[in-house]
Amino acid sequence: MTLQDGVRLASLIGASGFVLGLHLMNSPATARRGNQLSALGMLVAVVAVLVEVGHGGTMSAARWLVLISGALVGGAAGLYSARTVAMTSMPQLVSLFNAVGGGAAALIAVADYQHEPSVSAGTATATVLDVLIGCVTFSGSLIATAKLQGYLSQPVSFPGSRASSAVLTLVVAAAGIDVIAGADNAWILLIAVVAAVGLGILMVLPIGGADMPVVISLLNAFTGTAVAMAGFVLQNATLTIAGALVGASGGILTKLMADAMNRSVLSIIAGGFGTGASGIAPVAAGGGNVKSIAIDDAALQLAYASKVIIVPGYGLAAAQAQHEVRELAELLEQRGVEVSYAIHPVAGRMPGHMNVLLAEANVPYDQLREMEEINPEFDRTDVALVIGANDVTNPAARRAGNAVSGMPILDVDHARSVVVIKRSMASGYAGIDNELYSDPKTSMLFADAKKGLASLVAATKAV
Amino acid sequence: MSTGFIGDLTIFVLALLVGFEVISKVPATLHTPLMSGANSIHGVVLVGVVILASFVNGPLGYLLTFIAAAFAAANVVGGYAVTDRMLQMFRKRPVPAKPAEQEAGR
Repeated sequence: MTLQDGVRLASLIGASGFVLGLHLMNSPATARRGNQLSALGMLVAVVAVLVEVGHGGTMSAARWLVLISGALVGGAAGLYSARTVAMTSMPQLVSLFNAVGGGAAALIAVADYQHEPSVSAGTATATVLDVLIGCVTFSGSLIATAKLQGYLSQPVSFPGSRASSAVLTLVVAAAGIDVIAGADNAWILLIAVVAAVGLGILMVLPIGGADMPVVISLLNAFTGTAVAMAGFVLQNATLTIAGALVGASGGILTKLMADAMNRSVLSIIAGGFGTGASGIAPVAAGGGNVKSIAIDDAALQLAYASKVIIVPGYGLAAAQAQHEVRELAELLEQRGVEVSYAIHPVAGRMPGHMNVLLAEANVPYDQLREMEEINPEFDRTDVALVIGANDVTNPAARRAGNAVSGMPILDVDHARSVVVIKRSMASGYAGIDNELYSDPKTSMLFADAKKGLASLVAATKAV
Repeated sequence: MSTGFIGDLTIFVLALLVGFEVISKVPATLHTPLMSGANSIHGVVLVGVVILASFVNGPLGYLLTFIAAAFAAANVVGGYAVTDRMLQMFRKRPVPAKPAEQEAGR
């Protein structure tokens, strides 16, 4: 077996590790092993390529130095942020990793072109796509990170932003066609880089906070595609396979998130929540009577229920009240109450975010239930406890003609009674009143999620 | 176009299909670790950076390689570490609920 064969075999092992690792993610019981298997595949692939270039005889001391020092700096920074990041900030970190992954893929295309621009039309197309997608992902993900971190007021739009995007698209297209046609000039590619970076910024700036789960998923799919394109440029199958896997994953999640909000990906990119349904009269129930409830009464209701469903939204995480909610759930379970959590797909800032936040607070994963699975159970539920969730519980979504129409919701109003912990009557991202709040069986517990839950725990202990 | 390109395209499309098949079976509970895990997989771009390092020249080439190496290494190391950190938090119910306390509150 030649060295070349050995390297190819190692790449095959690496790619298999990725696929099997993703496969094991189909259950929380095996997911951690899956991730470790994937990491092992990565290690094999990286060691193999190091051995290959080491034997290739082209690695000078300077090249090794540049490669190793860069990898050490990046690796240390990556490890530090992975160890220290708060689970609520996970979307920012994932977005940042999207940025660096896409950026690295684009840099590969640029450096490869700068080294030797005379390539076949197929490779040149891959180079252009790599630069375009990689740069859009890089700048777009950085903007998304800034928004999630709260550095940027969201959404940002300015007059002429759409025209600027159109101009930049034309510039990228013209430069790209020039490169594919065989232009032997690194400056043309540089123009494409600058225009694509600008395009990424303009793409994410006008997008609102509620649409973040879709944007992160889409940028994740972009990064995967950029890496696959880098595989075409370098004619390396490992990169192509891994990139395609990530592209598929990001694509599926983008679709799921957009469906969960009943929005098309295109309308989200076009910007602004509810822009498609603007100018619609306020929902009829807007002025309905709202009933508030005292802590002790709410505690009694919960303690003497036989089935309680907790509906957490991002407001719960924002108030850092995950531990209090778990404490309350455990207390109720000790009294023999059946407790589960109903998780809407967009409860959080990225796909599945709420599950991680509750898992961190030691909520067992078999209590975390998906929307389709738990919706039929609301009919048999004594109390639905809604904490920090709003639009995803609005029954108005079942009717046509308002900002949440058609959005899949949790059937909270089917429960025998509903307790909503909320600071005020302020509306959610959709900007409309929640009809659930004026439902006769709903009681509002006006409090901050953390303080409200802490007093509920105390009151329940006293029951 | 060379056969090399068509070969790469074949691999790309097949991997995409495998990806759709495998990932559509991941439950919504694990979507964050899935995305983070997929994130670490695109850290494979580090392999590309190693290949790049074997032929670049000049200050610009070295600079681009250095940045690309830092980006890719941050992606791959951070991605796997944070995914592992998340997944170890997903636990089963530690012990079955005590039956002695079942009658209370009914």
